[in-house]
Amino acid sequence: MTTLALPASRPPTRPARWLLGSVGLVLALIAAALATLSYGQVAIPLGEVVDALFNPAADTVAGRILRDLRLPRVGTAIVAGAALGLAGVLMQALLRNPVADAWSLGLMAGGQLGVALTVAGAAFAGPAALSFLEVFRGVSLTLGAAAGVAIAAIAVLTLGRRVGAVTLLVVGLMLTFTVQGIVSVVVHFVSRAGARVFGGWNDGNFASVLPAEWPLLAGVVLVGIVLAGACAKPLNSLLLGETYAKSLGTHVGRLRVLALTATVLLVAPVTAFCGPVTFIGLIVPHIARAIAGTARIGPLLPLAGLSGALLAVAADFVVHLPWQQHFLHLNAVLALVGAPVVIALLLFSPTMRGLR
Amino acid sequence: MKESPSLLLLDGLTVGYGRTAVLADLQAHVEPGGFVCVLGRNGSGKSTLLRTMAGLQPALSGQVRLGDEAVGPMPPAERARRIAVVLTEQAHSPGLTTEDVVALGRQPFTDWRGVLSDQDHTYVREAFALAGATPFAGRLFDDLSDGERQRVMIARAIAQRPALMLLDEITAFLDLPGRVEVMALLRRHARETGTVILLSSHDLDLSLQLADAVWLLADGALHVGTAEALITGGNIGAAFNTADVSFSAERGRFELRL
Repeated sequence: MTTLALPASRPPTRPARWLLGSVGLVLALIAAALATLSYGQVAIPLGEVVDALFNPAADTVAGRILRDLRLPRVGTAIVAGAALGLAGVLMQALLRNPVADAWSLGLMAGGQLGVALTVAGAAFAGPAALSFLEVFRGVSLTLGAAAGVAIAAIAVLTLGRRVGAVTLLVVGLMLTFTVQGIVSVVVHFVSRAGARVFGGWNDGNFASVLPAEWPLLAGVVLVGIVLAGACAKPLNSLLLGETYAKSLGTHVGRLRVLALTATVLLVAPVTAFCGPVTFIGLIVPHIARAIAGTARIGPLLPLAGLSGALLAVAADFVVHLPWQQHFLHLNAVLALVGAPVVIALLLFSPTMRGLR
Repeated sequence: MKESPSLLLLDGLTVGYGRTAVLADLQAHVEPGGFVCVLGRNGSGKSTLLRTMAGLQPALSGQVRLGDEAVGPMPPAERARRIAVVLTEQAHSPGLTTEDVVALGRQPFTDWRGVLSDQDHTYVREAFALAGATPFAGRLFDDLSDGERQRVMIARAIAQRPALMLLDEITAFLDLPGRVEVMALLRRHARETGTVILLSSHDLDLSLQLADAVWLLADGALHVGTAEALITGGNIGAAFNTADVSFSAERGRFELRL
């Protein structure tokens, strides 16, 4: 930077920064996606990957692995990672809390509980309800999750205006443990058939989405992304606090409802299809802020979406490397990256240390 | 840019919370370009009055009029184009640059995406210069000292180009030269742009010296006048005298009764 401190010299450099970051992230995302598609228990040369992607008619073993297993998984990781990253930006701005995220504050726990109660309700209603549930698995689980996420989000938002950032985080984590307890009790009493509907839960997983369910996941998330975009301007004014936001003409109540709806649409389908995916929503907004060089919401949204997708695909790549025995757990990989970031935030962020 | 004359009028205004009136039936008006200091002891209702004038809380009765419009029923977006506020509470926001903060003053004038026009950027740059905040350009808002942050917040209010600017005890974090400088720049800004500026303050001395008019809040009533009139009329003394200090009208300052 030159010594010329006139702000007029700044605006033209700003868009370039987030635009450059976005382009870089897109390239990295393509590279990570191709790596995940071609490498795993079975290595498929990049040439064959490209072949299979553009010639779906050719029925080879490699083509089937790609189309039936890896492509849905990578697609799910991209959608889920982007959704969680955006939801993290919205929640951190709304609560003015640097460790807010759908998982850390218990929104995903609410979603899990919603799904568990949906399945349990169907199981008790009888085999007809259960088979109905299995046919319309995607829609009903998403609705169950959405109800749970919404209730948890309203509770957290209400509580967030009364307690500090650290208290809210601890409450959110305890809520998660509570729900995990309830879910396992519910699963215990629900018949095996019911338990099967949400088998392999309590761990995040991008591999459990069927290709037919992918459009539902992506569609709901897309609506959430559009709503998040509509929140960007009013959320900026909220960065200075509620009174300033009002004085700048922002309908704070309306904004809360809008941002909350966007969060539910982003988080609920991911929770329903992928289980509780930890840490992505928490650390991605910080990555986006570092790249953008500002906390303004507008530039953060594309950066957070892309870095969320990149982090999810990269984690999924590590999970599915040809390990000696089976796969790693997704949340274990995410915790290795995410937990140190959270510890650093707790130690060094003025907000978390209660200094402000 | 300002079609309506920036003339502020309080018409039978009663402010307070719920059913409790803090100040009742206030009458006052300010001409365009007026620089008014609002004085009063803690709890006299300064902040409540300013918040009500800003449209941030409803009036219990009566109204605040700006030009030929009442502030209360104005839609929030419209109000934000006319009235700017700077508050006592120290704003902070991790990751925001000073440009981000000042540019927020232009937000009421942008479309749904909030993208600034070249004109907006010019206003932002001018506001930095007018508030003496240009040296802080390019820095993170949270890295500034309290006084420096206050300057940036004033720049943000100036960038809003309001007809009415309300500042609530903003000089509390500044040292004496800083206070004089800020109050002088606000007075100059009012004169030059026709903006009505109201500043609540505990700084009796400076307020009495710099204000075009003083609004003195005491015992639920509002006394309006020039500094001299309020001093010689004994209003200042009546509002601030305690068992320990009294205001000397002859000397124009407080003295200990010891």
